[in-house]
Amino acid sequence: MAEIVIKNLRKDFGDFTAVQSSSFTIADGEFFMLLGPSGCGKTTTLRMIAGLELPTSGEIYIDGEEVGQKPASQRDIAFVFQMFALYPHMNVRRNITYPLVSQGMPRAQIKDKLAEVARILGIENILDRPVGGLSGGDRQRVALGRAIVRDPKAFMMDEPLGALDAEFRERMAEELRALHDRMGATTVYVTHDQLEAMQMGDKIVVMNHGVVEQFGTPQEIYDKPATMFVADFIGSPPMNFLRFDGTVTEGASKVALNGAEIAVPVQHEAAAGKLVLGVRPEHVILSDAAGLRGEVLAAEYLGTTQIVTIETAHGEVKARTGAAQAVRPGETVGLDLMPRTLTVFDDQTGRALRSDLNAEVLGHG
Amino acid sequence: MAEVILRDVTKIFGHTVGVDGIDLDVPDGAFVVLLGPTGAGKTTTLRLIAGLERPDRGEIMIGGRPVVGETPAQRDVAMVFQQYSLYPHMTVRENLAFPLKSPILKTPADEVERKVNAVAEVLRIPHKLDNKATQLSGGEMQRVSIGRALVRDPAIYLMDEPLSSLDAKLRADLRVELKRIQSDLGATLLYVTHDQIEAMTMATHVGVLDEGRLVQFGSPREIYENPVSEYVATRLGLPRINLVPAGLFGGAPAGAARIGLRPEHIVMNGEGGKAGTVIRVEHLGDQTRVHVEVEGQVLTTLADAHSTLGHGDSVHVTPRDALFFDAAGNRVH
Repeated sequence: MAEIVIKNLRKDFGDFTAVQSSSFTIADGEFFMLLGPSGCGKTTTLRMIAGLELPTSGEIYIDGEEVGQKPASQRDIAFVFQMFALYPHMNVRRNITYPLVSQGMPRAQIKDKLAEVARILGIENILDRPVGGLSGGDRQRVALGRAIVRDPKAFMMDEPLGALDAEFRERMAEELRALHDRMGATTVYVTHDQLEAMQMGDKIVVMNHGVVEQFGTPQEIYDKPATMFVADFIGSPPMNFLRFDGTVTEGASKVALNGAEIAVPVQHEAAAGKLVLGVRPEHVILSDAAGLRGEVLAAEYLGTTQIVTIETAHGEVKARTGAAQAVRPGETVGLDLMPRTLTVFDDQTGRALRSDLNAEVLGHG
Repeated sequence: MAEVILRDVTKIFGHTVGVDGIDLDVPDGAFVVLLGPTGAGKTTTLRLIAGLERPDRGEIMIGGRPVVGETPAQRDVAMVFQQYSLYPHMTVRENLAFPLKSPILKTPADEVERKVNAVAEVLRIPHKLDNKATQLSGGEMQRVSIGRALVRDPAIYLMDEPLSSLDAKLRADLRVELKRIQSDLGATLLYVTHDQIEAMTMATHVGVLDEGRLVQFGSPREIYENPVSEYVATRLGLPRINLVPAGLFGGAPAGAARIGLRPEHIVMNGEGGKAGTVIRVEHLGDQTRVHVEVEGQVLTTLADAHSTLGHGDSVHVTPRDALFFDAAGNRVH
């Protein structure tokens, strides 16, 4: 299997820059997510790694070899698309073995390979069925089988679950991840679904407008977002932004919102003007004693937890609390924000200010 | 507003029973959500109440009046569909006013203006009133189509997955907004969806449908905490309820075939319990899902967001608040 290194990768389509200057490393055996809204450049990045697009500039290393300008056929990568394209006139067996037959592999070896793949995917009992009558899940398994059977260095997957309904998608996501755990193959996976990325990925790259916004583990990206875009894109509901005019001095451990002092992680850089205090919904605690106050607009029951929407002087805030806590629309509540979890952003640039919380993740750039 | 009552309502399409003997009470001022997968009979039920389908059997009463013989217009219901259908050549104001200008209603002009303004205020689109419908975003268009139902003051609002064509963020906003509008107006609302989050967060009552039958009706909390069957238990809750053989932890009542455990009802490393092995940990930010194998069964449970558990770790798991189901999937305890 393979390590994939991306260096200063750029792709222009005429005047339009799809990918600006991406750099990241995909470790051998990693399940790696390219995440972002449509048009962010994630699919273009994937297609460049696979060799379906050639980069305008920059380098792509697969297992130490620079392959940026090589065609797809010389990269030994398997691609799984959103719409699984199977040969409709062939049965499951022939669909899976087709790549091997066309490579001219000896028949006995093909037979062994097929048996192994069918066992991994749990599709031994449908090998002789035509693909036409298969369920969505089985079709997806066959498409995966055709990718796996070649023993490629890495798998590229472009929203492979995008066309499935919600319930089935969750099952397939679990199955795909379990399959990856068994095979340990480097996998690059494109999605716009943040939950899918958090659930399945070892590492995530968050992209927006062709730029890598952040690169890290799911928990790092969730807890220590580098930008307001990441903070807003990850999480459901997303991070709350309390906008305020103020100053942050180096070494400060408090910010003042309309007089209410709020403790924050020790800040490593100074800023002034339009600032934003970011807090995740589960880090907002309703407390009568808190200085920051607001009026409850709504409470949404979710089983074990509820989402409480509160109107404050700094905008709407959503809090995730236990479902047992009684909250009535119209009442005034205090909001305690858990100090160690807070991020201060510069509203102009959208960038997180470095602090004790995130300095290690954001580095010194 | 008015209450709606269904008694033994049945609708057959050829050889398929679309709706099978449904009894349903939608109280005045309630927000009732019908929940079920595709083909459960949700939309058919809505269309029967609206008068777009005729029942083969049973009675439908709106505000105490039997309506089966009435046309949709006579029933005084307002319906909102999944696909917003606005008049593209009209402004938002003209779109909102259109239902009031129907010859049946004969609303005076000043009354039309007052209502349109009031609804625009409720929907937070007063600054868009003079825009063409085509100049709106998807969320604004859906708000206008909901607004077109709101201007009418009907006996009941019927909504068929009105949010499902919107993106996740907008859906979350409109969920809160729709709930607020309904409770501000004291409106009676019957809402169809297959999205459990919508059902849980907006409903005063949830009706769970399975193959044309209403299998449970109650508050979201009742349905979540006290489901009558495995089917109902799996409709609500994310991650899904764990269903494993009843004997796994011992102490199962007579007749129980499976035990249903919500992820939050599996306690890790408490007192006693069964030994298990962590097979996978998913860090989702606000919560961590832990998949634990116990005697060949995989259970999904939740841990603290910063749990240090990892693949291969040994844990002890103890169930609490277990639900038991018989071989047919019905609740036995």
